[in-house]
Amino acid sequence: MTAAELNPAAATNVGPGNLTDDAVLAVGDVVAGAVFPITRDSLVRYAGASGDFNAIHYRDDVAAAVGLPGVLAHGMLTMGLAVQPVIDWLGDPGRVLDYQVRFTRPVVVDPVEGAKLIVSAKVGKITPEADAAPATADAPATAATPATARIDLTVTYNGDTVLGKAQVVIALAGR
Amino acid sequence: MNPELVGRVFDATTPYLVGREKVREFARAVFATNPVNLDVDAARAAGYADIVAPPSFAVVVQEQTLAQLLSEPDAGIDFSRVVHGEQRFSFTRPIVAGDLLTAVLTVASVKTLAGNSMVTALSDITDSDGRHVVTASSTLVVRGDA
Repeated sequence: MTAAELNPAAATNVGPGNLTDDAVLAVGDVVAGAVFPITRDSLVRYAGASGDFNAIHYRDDVAAAVGLPGVLAHGMLTMGLAVQPVIDWLGDPGRVLDYQVRFTRPVVVDPVEGAKLIVSAKVGKITPEADAAPATADAPATAATPATARIDLTVTYNGDTVLGKAQVVIALAGR
Repeated sequence: MNPELVGRVFDATTPYLVGREKVREFARAVFATNPVNLDVDAARAAGYADIVAPPSFAVVVQEQTLAQLLSEPDAGIDFSRVVHGEQRFSFTRPIVAGDLLTAVLTVASVKTLAGNSMVTALSDITDSDGRHVVTASSTLVVRGDA
């Protein structure tokens, strides 16, 4: 990755394992980012690893026959790699509690040029820990919940976002 | 698509044994570089029994259940028209190499919007002790006739 692509002025915590237990996060902080140059090789590798052998991800003729502008990256490859900068920042993949995305735009992977995906992750919401509460007349009992943060991912390709509502909920305290 | 699918619960899948080299292969494919995903000693130092799968690895187990849904005789889903709309993973704990995982799919909703059908399916993935590991949720869009 290059610093310019990541907007380093905003990326204050970028780097592996940089989320310490006493870190102070604020909504809007850019905490991680990366640039992923993907190629047709990446798609073949993902097909084998995941078992998704849909031919639109490696055959130009099949992609064209179903009206696509070219061979597409697997949406699940985009989803899978987009969370990696967050995991490197956390230092522990087990701190990812929830991860969701909408697939809003396809990523066409040129056979020669490939495609470059740019990922930026920023804090969208912080939820403090809550103690367990006994049942009341108005509400059932609730279990204690740990402090969490919602990290919002922006993934762009050729200047357009390719995922919508890409959100990672993380545990703020380590194991 | 058949609206009566809503609420249908499918048979539990054949247990899937999470292999260490499969996790490494998947981790490399999604550009994971964290040692906890790749190195057994690093994973154990972090408190895990073995290397930890990337979050989206759960799709490999979920896929068995989506195949059940798509091949359900009365579902009326034309696979050639299916587009992946949304995906979500909600974890109780991460998947670790050595896990023996079973998945059960429930159809949460079927909707029709602007000529397209949308089905949301929840696949609850549990370990060999029957404890919840992760729920994988997919929304599939089935494009209508153009």
